Amino acid sequence: MSGETEPPRYAIEAVDVARSYAMDGMTVEALRGVTLGIAEGEYVAVTGPSGSGKSTLMHLLGALDRPSSGRMLIGGQDTAKLDDAGLARVRGAEIGFVFQAFQLLARTNARDNVALPLVYRGVGRTERRRRAVAALEAVGLGHRLTHRPTQLSGGEQQRVAIARALVGEPRLVLADEPTGNLDSANGHEVLGVLERLNRERGVAVVLVTHDAEVAARAARLIRMRDGVVVSDTPTTQTTGPTE
Amino acid sequence: MKPWEALRLAGEALRANRLRSLLTMVGVIIGVAAVVVLVAIGGGAKTEVENEVEGLGSNIVFIVPGKFQFGTTPSLSPLRLSDVQLAARIAGSAQDVTAVVDSGENVTAGQNSYFATVQGVTENFDVVFNRPLSEGAYLTSADVATSARVAVLGANVAATLFPDEDPVGRTTAIDGVSFRVVGVAQAQGSAFGVTQDDNVDIPVTEAQLLFGVSTVQSIEVKAQNPGQIGALSDQLVSSLESEYTGVQFSAVTQSQILGTIGKILSLLTLVLAAIAGISLLVGGVGVSNIMLVGVRERTREIGLRKALGARQRDVVLQFLVEAVALTAVGGVIGIGLGVGTSVSVGAFSPLPTSIAWWSPALAFGVSVFVGVVFGVMPARRAGKLDPVTALRTD
Repeated sequence: MSGETEPPRYAIEAVDVARSYAMDGMTVEALRGVTLGIAEGEYVAVTGPSGSGKSTLMHLLGALDRPSSGRMLIGGQDTAKLDDAGLARVRGAEIGFVFQAFQLLARTNARDNVALPLVYRGVGRTERRRRAVAALEAVGLGHRLTHRPTQLSGGEQQRVAIARALVGEPRLVLADEPTGNLDSANGHEVLGVLERLNRERGVAVVLVTHDAEVAARAARLIRMRDGVVVSDTPTTQTTGPTE
Repeated sequence: MKPWEALRLAGEALRANRLRSLLTMVGVIIGVAAVVVLVAIGGGAKTEVENEVEGLGSNIVFIVPGKFQFGTTPSLSPLRLSDVQLAARIAGSAQDVTAVVDSGENVTAGQNSYFATVQGVTENFDVVFNRPLSEGAYLTSADVATSARVAVLGANVAATLFPDEDPVGRTTAIDGVSFRVVGVAQAQGSAFGVTQDDNVDIPVTEAQLLFGVSTVQSIEVKAQNPGQIGALSDQLVSSLESEYTGVQFSAVTQSQILGTIGKILSLLTLVLAAIAGISLLVGGVGVSNIMLVGVRERTREIGLRKALGARQRDVVLQFLVEAVALTAVGGVIGIGLGVGTSVSVGAFSPLPTSIAWWSPALAFGVSVFVGVVFGVMPARRAGKLDPVTALRTD
């Protein structure tokens, strides 16, 4: 990168980030100046009502979108200045996504679903599969390699998705309502896996959720409303990793 | 993404929707097969005509009155038998010159009859045109000098008139006049229903009496080698034109006939192939349509791939390769079908076929090209999808 390098204090840093959309001729301000940093290895929950801007923040943190103004630094790169291919590269290298609806390819088995991000990094098939198997073993699914998503339970599917998020060894895993489609037992199991990987591997996790109970398990809680951060505080629980 | 990864993805996608893929290919399959078959039929016709014209004899110059062109009726000939001697002097050899006057006549023997091309020729005809006999002997100079009523039968004529006996020495009637059969020509085979095997050769002098004419239709001169043909033609034409003031003559060579026929058949083949190509175009539109449906169906997959690091060009490549794989596989099936059909047509129908090496290659190239042309638009649409919007799609 350029000469203005100081070692990044944060894995991801948003500085006065705003995002507005044109909708039906009107400008909708989804984010109105958010400043926050996610440290390496941190475990953060983001909550807020619908329309609070937390999804928009997710998209910016995940390099799926660029801010309208402000600086969005992911691994030291300002995504506001990147073109589409640059954004894609950042997503592939720095971010792992976990979605509410799992987003697994239905015709593809667990191992190859997990290997998918590596295709776009030019990793050869044998190496992809080796790493995918390791990632599936890390989420406790080493015995489900050739199962298709339809042959797995919801909790197992979400663990496959977590393995996929981790296979590229990202800086940050973004989990958007990861328990939203799961019953509470499966939800707990999935959160347990996320927390363990965060602890063991030091990968930062940002978890967007409506569920207060889920949010309370994180070490830090960011509350949003009307496109701004209304509170950003450590939670009372002590098991989460700290800087 | 590496190109072969795109190829593997395309294979998976096509296999996942086998029936749809096959139905989408049908247009391309039919188009390619039609091109291959029609080019094979055109090529077969051309080869057959070329063989046929070659079979007329090599290095032969045909002297005919009038301007030689396809599509014009032959002019009334002023040529006389004495011009054969003139031509022989120019050619430097009487052996290599003959003349023809012919007419379609009913030839009979007992109860059997055959409508044959009766041609009056000089005794050198068999040498000039290289027509070997299967039995007996050819016409002699004495036969021509005395207007002898002798005949040499073509293979078909002989087989029809004398099915159970040796024709040589027997009597046949041409237009009610009796001729003695002296020889039978070897079978030559036919092309487009025209065959030398339907001919009956008689002395030109007798033919003139029989047909009531004093002229011949053409004089044929065999050049010693191909290099002489040009000079020989010019000399013959100018000598005859100075003898018959005001009459034009043409020297027609086999290469001219071949060239003209070849041009006509090539054009015909091209037109047929172009018509068949239209179905390739229609097939391409079908591919485009199905690819658009596929992009819509897989919007979420595209969003996911982008979220996982796929760039626009990776997605474009994936869908473009899928479209090309569709048309290329369709092309290969079409080539198989076309070659099979061409071979069957050649074997089981009177139409000759000949598969040029380039026609399957061209057909395959065109089908790949169609895939690229009609795959680009859906692929670009897929590549431009915004990952956020795409992931939200149900």
